[in-house]
Amino acid sequence: MHGRERNEASKPEETAAKALELRSLQSQFMSNHHQKIYTQEAIQLSAKLLGINPEAYTAWNYRKLALESRIDEDSDPSLVDSIIDEELRVVQNALKRNPKSYGAWYHRKWVLSKKGHYYSSLEKELQLLNDYQKQCLVNDYQKQDDPKKQDNARNFHAWNYRRFVVELTETSEEDELQYTNMINDICFSIYSAWHYRSVLVSSLVAKNADGFMPKETIRRELDYVHNAIFTDELGQSGWFYYLWLLDQTLKMETPLRFSSWPSDGSIITTFCSESGSFPLILYFDQAVSGVSSSTVTIDSELKANEDLVWEPVSDNKNSQVDSCVWVAHLKFDSRGPCFSRKENKVKVSLGGIVSSMGCNLSTPYEFVFTVLHTVGESSQQGIVSWTDGFNNWDDAQSKDLNSFIALNADAGFEWRKEAIKIEIDHLRNLPDSKFGKLILARLLMAEETMISDDAVKGFHYTEILQLYNDLIALDSWHAQYYKDEHSVALLHKVTSSTESMFRHLFRYRNMNNIVCLRLNNLTLSRIAAVEKLLFVQMLDLSNNELHSAEGLEAMQLLCCLNLSHNRIMSFSALDSLRHLKQLRVLDVSHNLIGGEHPVDTTRYLCSSPLSNSGEVGREVPCKYWDAYLVLRDLMKLKQLDIRGNDLIFSGEEFSSFVRQVVPKLVWLDGHKLTN
Amino acid sequence: MIDIPPYPPLDPSNYDLIIVGTGVSESVLAAAASSSGSSVLHLDPNPFYGSHFASLSLPDLTSFLHSNSFSSPPPPSSPPLPPSNNHDFISVDLVNRSLYSSVEISSFESEILEEHSRRFNVDLCGPRVVFCADESINLMLKSGANNYVEFKSIDASFVGDSSGELRNVPDSRAAIFKDKSLTLLEKNQLMKFFKLVQSHLASSTENDDTTTVKISEEDMESPFVDFLTKMRLPPKIKSIILYAIAMLDYDQDNMETCRHLLKTKEGIDRMALYIISMGRFSNALGALIYPIYGQGELPQAFCRRAAVKGCIYVLRMPITALLLDKETGGYKGVRLASGQEIFSQKLILDPCVTVGLESLSSLTDQQNETLSVLVPKALINKEKVSRGICVIRGSVKADVSNALIVYPPKSLFPEQLTAIRVMQLGSGLAVCPADMHVLYLSTLCDNDDQGIKSLLSAMSNLIRLPDPENHQSDSVVENDTCEAKPILLWRALYVQELVKGEYGGTISSMPSPDGNLNYNEIVESALKLYEQLMGSEELFKEETSVENTTEENDGGVDIED
Repeated sequence: MHGRERNEASKPEETAAKALELRSLQSQFMSNHHQKIYTQEAIQLSAKLLGINPEAYTAWNYRKLALESRIDEDSDPSLVDSIIDEELRVVQNALKRNPKSYGAWYHRKWVLSKKGHYYSSLEKELQLLNDYQKQCLVNDYQKQDDPKKQDNARNFHAWNYRRFVVELTETSEEDELQYTNMINDICFSIYSAWHYRSVLVSSLVAKNADGFMPKETIRRELDYVHNAIFTDELGQSGWFYYLWLLDQTLKMETPLRFSSWPSDGSIITTFCSESGSFPLILYFDQAVSGVSSSTVTIDSELKANEDLVWEPVSDNKNSQVDSCVWVAHLKFDSRGPCFSRKENKVKVSLGGIVSSMGCNLSTPYEFVFTVLHTVGESSQQGIVSWTDGFNNWDDAQSKDLNSFIALNADAGFEWRKEAIKIEIDHLRNLPDSKFGKLILARLLMAEETMISDDAVKGFHYTEILQLYNDLIALDSWHAQYYKDEHSVALLHKVTSSTESMFRHLFRYRNMNNIVCLRLNNLTLSRIAAVEKLLFVQMLDLSNNELHSAEGLEAMQLLCCLNLSHNRIMSFSALDSLRHLKQLRVLDVSHNLIGGEHPVDTTRYLCSSPLSNSGEVGREVPCKYWDAYLVLRDLMKLKQLDIRGNDLIFSGEEFSSFVRQVVPKLVWLDGHKLTN
Repeated sequence: MIDIPPYPPLDPSNYDLIIVGTGVSESVLAAAASSSGSSVLHLDPNPFYGSHFASLSLPDLTSFLHSNSFSSPPPPSSPPLPPSNNHDFISVDLVNRSLYSSVEISSFESEILEEHSRRFNVDLCGPRVVFCADESINLMLKSGANNYVEFKSIDASFVGDSSGELRNVPDSRAAIFKDKSLTLLEKNQLMKFFKLVQSHLASSTENDDTTTVKISEEDMESPFVDFLTKMRLPPKIKSIILYAIAMLDYDQDNMETCRHLLKTKEGIDRMALYIISMGRFSNALGALIYPIYGQGELPQAFCRRAAVKGCIYVLRMPITALLLDKETGGYKGVRLASGQEIFSQKLILDPCVTVGLESLSSLTDQQNETLSVLVPKALINKEKVSRGICVIRGSVKADVSNALIVYPPKSLFPEQLTAIRVMQLGSGLAVCPADMHVLYLSTLCDNDDQGIKSLLSAMSNLIRLPDPENHQSDSVVENDTCEAKPILLWRALYVQELVKGEYGGTISSMPSPDGNLNYNEIVESALKLYEQLMGSEELFKEETSVENTTEENDGGVDIED
């Protein structure tokens, strides 16, 4: 239907004769138009022109002017009828020439919207349109082998116009839903029909129409669309509607879930001698706004924390922005009177947060953690090595682990679970379909997040990983996407249980025994499951296939990060690291930075000197602009490894640039910088 | 046959070809031979066109069946005349063979039927339809016979079983989507199979395309039923494909009783016919169409075409004897019932025309040789077709007037060896009065009892048989107890023999109506005979060129909405 030539090329001599005729018609018409001649003859001339060339916009406008001049309030109703009839006929002729003529469809709409209330056969218009759409479908089916002869039943102009007529004639949405049934019975591959159906169903559900209770309607529609996707699993229009329905299913009464650092019941240790602060991180599974001291209240003996400033981890620091990650810095002062106890409980209460999907956190939620103060800091000065200095993790501190907590799960949860389960069972029966496999994998992921029983949690991951492996083999065009999804599933699998997580957790001796997570050599291409990793301070992602650092911005405690031996193509792919204010050690050696594209085109949103992300007024150095945009925010960075990338990131020029941008840097590519 | 009105003698009395009988194959030949320039005399003993393919009123149908059946006394033939010796010929008397047996006709509401009796056009060879992509349609377009017939779509086709439920045949993408009785998995499997067939067909037309899937040569030679099993199609879908789409007769799963085990190659051809038929004409809803005023219109259309090309027609004119050359024993001509002797190069005869065994004994070997195709053979294959016609009030399925219903083997009772096909036609096709329908049934059988039993079983599944004691009693009482099945008003049951056509040089014999749903095999045998008679001369050559230049619309066949 798309990318098809509109007309067949005809013989040159014919074309020339036609062009001549058209030109003379056009000049006659233009002179009529300029002289405002609206005689019967002149109007017929414009009709002739439009019959040949429906794209003659001036002619449509001329007819509008002519219509205005011929009809007024006092016109005889039968005259009005005949004039409107004539206009509709002209449009019909033009549509025969080009069923997708904007001008023609618009003219019809204009005539009926302006003069429709005078027109006696208005109610016939819908029937006429029904017949037209049906006829197009039947003809298309007959001529399916010859696309050029088809009438283009997939005509969004007609569907658009339909909505207009439906409104004008006050046709009920139930009747229109029946109409989409009829269309689907003839051919169930009309995107517009499925889309129209989704609009009608949403509207009927929103209105609480009789027989359109949300859950029953979704179930009924799912059962209906199964017929389309099972009959022809390659027909995409049915799958689109199916995806839309699944989205409605998942959205319905979705609880808002969050995780935090420090987590509930945990004990954290501060090392500052006198005063300082530590971050409080809230991670939501949907973007939320309005996190502020009025929606999150802190109750603790630590002073001066009543009016905390909450900031979203995003480029826009406005509290009305939607973000998944929010950070506030809790201050403490060791000289204060309560400090003698060295142990302070902090109670955090949340309430009144609204997600961008409209999910309201109505029931308040509270959690408590303990702050333990130790005097004296053994500041680490030497170079951080990724090869030794690690102790195994001891189980005792497992309280630090994060997990999602559903904030407002209620009865609707069970229904969703049931609905998803039914869909999973259906799709497992659909063999060798790439859409089926992909959606099955997504549904299994969705079901996995709904499981609260630890005994069966994590059960689906093996199946999900296998599905993505199948998809990579089945559909190599989209292999990278499947690979990314495979990584997401793998990370969820790794973090799904304490046991599997322990295999990757260590403590780094040389830096206050900080928590180190090693996820190297896992062929990861995308980062996920960060909600469970908020406590991690040292992260080893080396020897994977990552092409972006996106997602890491939530890990606000990160001070050491190893991204060496990955597939990062540019500094802009490291953009999210800008939010990691604690970062001291960064290893991006042996990537592809500076290779082919300085701008990372693989990311969903990319920054470049052209993207206006609050850089106004700051001069960006030319050669290393991409490195500059990332590094200039890493104020605490002491150690940077960038070996094994493009040559422009080595040598004296680069090193002096880095020293300028990151004054605290001590180690570059394993060498100590001399002053 | 008894009172033949006096005819003026025919002039000329010499032709290239004499054809006796106006069935479909005889009429196709008459049209083809006339348009290639041969002089043709086309005779029929009956007062109507179509012979065994005719559509008749109820009284005409009744008398035709009775006069052509075994049960009726043989028509009084004039006492064998001594071979007339006044010429150089000897004449051999002809005997009429009866095609029909076990004829049983019952009327349950005689008054109503009598009132409307002339408004019926009932087919002798039913149930029969035309696929839009049939060879018979191609032939009509080629010959120009399509100008004399109008068609209408068959609205729906169903598969039935002993439960009495009729399920739609899911024969297209849209029909599979709509279907309510298939499971989702079955929908998936069936559509995949359709796609495989389509892809295979596409690959055989554009043979360069390597991306399309093709069915292997080995599979093409294997039985179709095995191929369906190999494709992991469940029994329900297999049965739909075999009996309701490929229109097979014999139980393909039962090797002992299956007379015709279909190969995958043939199965794919049959599916291709169905699939291509679906999209051939823009106002045909499905694969099947039916001629308005009955199947009898088809032979008549070819006859009219032949007449335009100079063929001479005489109805109510039986031939009584063949004239053979005394010396050589070769064929010379025929003697008409009017007594006139007419001569031709070649003769083509209706399957009913035979020579009596007693007259053969007095003939020479050469003469016997000439007549060989007319000698009734001892049938090795006793295959017959049993047919039923019911006139009913109401319809077997609400809101559907013209429909095909297939009962696959074993679907009605365990001993059912062959598929039973039922077709309902309504007044829209001008075959019966409004509010009534004509129901045709047929199945292949080895003996009359078996065939009739199958038909009765299908009938009782679909319609209400009147109480034999008091069928005139008011039906209100019955309405309360049983569901709204249509009521039987009139019924004919008969068994027809299957006679094959035979080419015999100068004298050839044509086939009787076969047990199939369409005319493909009949047309095929007519085309083959034409080739044998005329050499490799192209059929309807002249019309083809004319048609191609004048034809504006892509279909060419009139199908009423």
